[in-house]
Amino acid sequence: MSEVIVITSGKGGVGKTTTTANVGTGLAKEGKKVVLIDTDIGLRNLDVVMGLENRIVYNLVDVVEGNCRIKQAMIKDKKYPDLYLLPSAQTRDKSSVSPEQMKKVVDELKEEFDYILLDCPAGIEQGFQNAIAGADRALIVTTPEVSAIRDADRIIGLLEANDIHKIDLVINRIRMDMVKRGDMLSKDDVLDILAIDLIGVVPDDENIVVSTNQGEPLVGSDSMAGKAYMNICKRVMGQEVPFLDLDTKSFFEKLAGIFKK
Amino acid sequence: MGLFDSFFKKKNSADEARDRLKLLLVSDRSNCSPETMELIKNDIIKVISKYMEIDPQGLDIQITQNDEEHSGPALFANIPIREMKKKK
Repeated sequence: MSEVIVITSGKGGVGKTTTTANVGTGLAKEGKKVVLIDTDIGLRNLDVVMGLENRIVYNLVDVVEGNCRIKQAMIKDKKYPDLYLLPSAQTRDKSSVSPEQMKKVVDELKEEFDYILLDCPAGIEQGFQNAIAGADRALIVTTPEVSAIRDADRIIGLLEANDIHKIDLVINRIRMDMVKRGDMLSKDDVLDILAIDLIGVVPDDENIVVSTNQGEPLVGSDSMAGKAYMNICKRVMGQEVPFLDLDTKSFFEKLAGIFKK
Repeated sequence: MGLFDSFFKKKNSADEARDRLKLLLVSDRSNCSPETMELIKNDIIKVISKYMEIDPQGLDIQITQNDEEHSGPALFANIPIREMKKKK
C-alpha cells in the first residue's frame, strides 16, 4: 500500500522543504521506498536541501510534457538507494502543470513506492492545487507565530474542501525558553487553536542550518531536530512514539529547580 | 482576566497572540467580515426591539465553532433585556 503525503503550510519559510527532505530521508532510513516530488515550479529548492542539485537532467515539467520517461527524471539519493527525488523545473511557471497531470504522475509512482512526498509551494494558488491533487493525506507545517498559524488554519479548510481529511500538524522551530517566558505560543496553545492531530514538534535548532549548508538532511542524528524528525517518520508509519522533552535545561538548572520547590 | 488584572498585570505576548488568533480565526472561518457582523447586529436589534426593550450596548454576537463534531459554526447572540413590552 503506498501513501501520498503533501507537505504544506500556506505561509512561506516555515520549513516545508526541510520537513519534506527530513521525513523522506527518515522513511528511507526505515527501509521504505520513497520518492520526493518538488512541486514548486519556478522556485525549486528541494534539490539543494537534499544535496542533489548537480545531478538534475530532466524535471517534473519534462515528465508531464513527455520529453522523458518518469524514470529518467528521478534522481537517486546519495546515501539511500530506495530514496528518489523528482525535481521541479526552474525556468518554467506554475501553469506548466495541471492538477490532472500531477495526479497522473503520482498514480504512476504509486505502483513502485511506499511513500510519495509532495513538497508544496507557499500560497493557495495553482501550485497548491497541483500539489494536493493526488494526495491521500497532509502534513501541515507551522511555526508558533500568528501569521503562520492563521495560514495553516486556512489551509486546513482548503484541504478539507478538497476531501483530504487525514491532516496532521508539525510545529516547527519552537523555542522552549521563549515558551517558558510566555513570549511564544506553546504546543498546546497551537493545538488548541488549530484543533487537528499533532504529529511532531521540532525545536529551533542551529543544526538545521548546518545540514542545509551541507545538503544532508539531519534526520536520525543526535541533534534535537534530528530526533524530532525521526519520531515524525515513525508516527507517519503508524507507530506510537512519545513526544520528546524539548526542555534543554542543563544539569545545574535542573538541580536549582529541585531546590526551588 | 478581571478588571484588576488587566490594569495591573502586563499580559505576556503569547497570551496576546492566542487571544488575537482566536478572534481572527473565528471570522476567517466564517467568511464573515466585521462589517457584516455589525449589520447583523443592527438588524437583530431592530427585530427584537419590536417585542421587547433591550440594551443595545450590552448586545454581543459572535460566531463560534460548535463543540459537537461535524457541526458547523454557530451564531451566538447575548441580548440583555431591559423590559418586556406590554401589549397595548
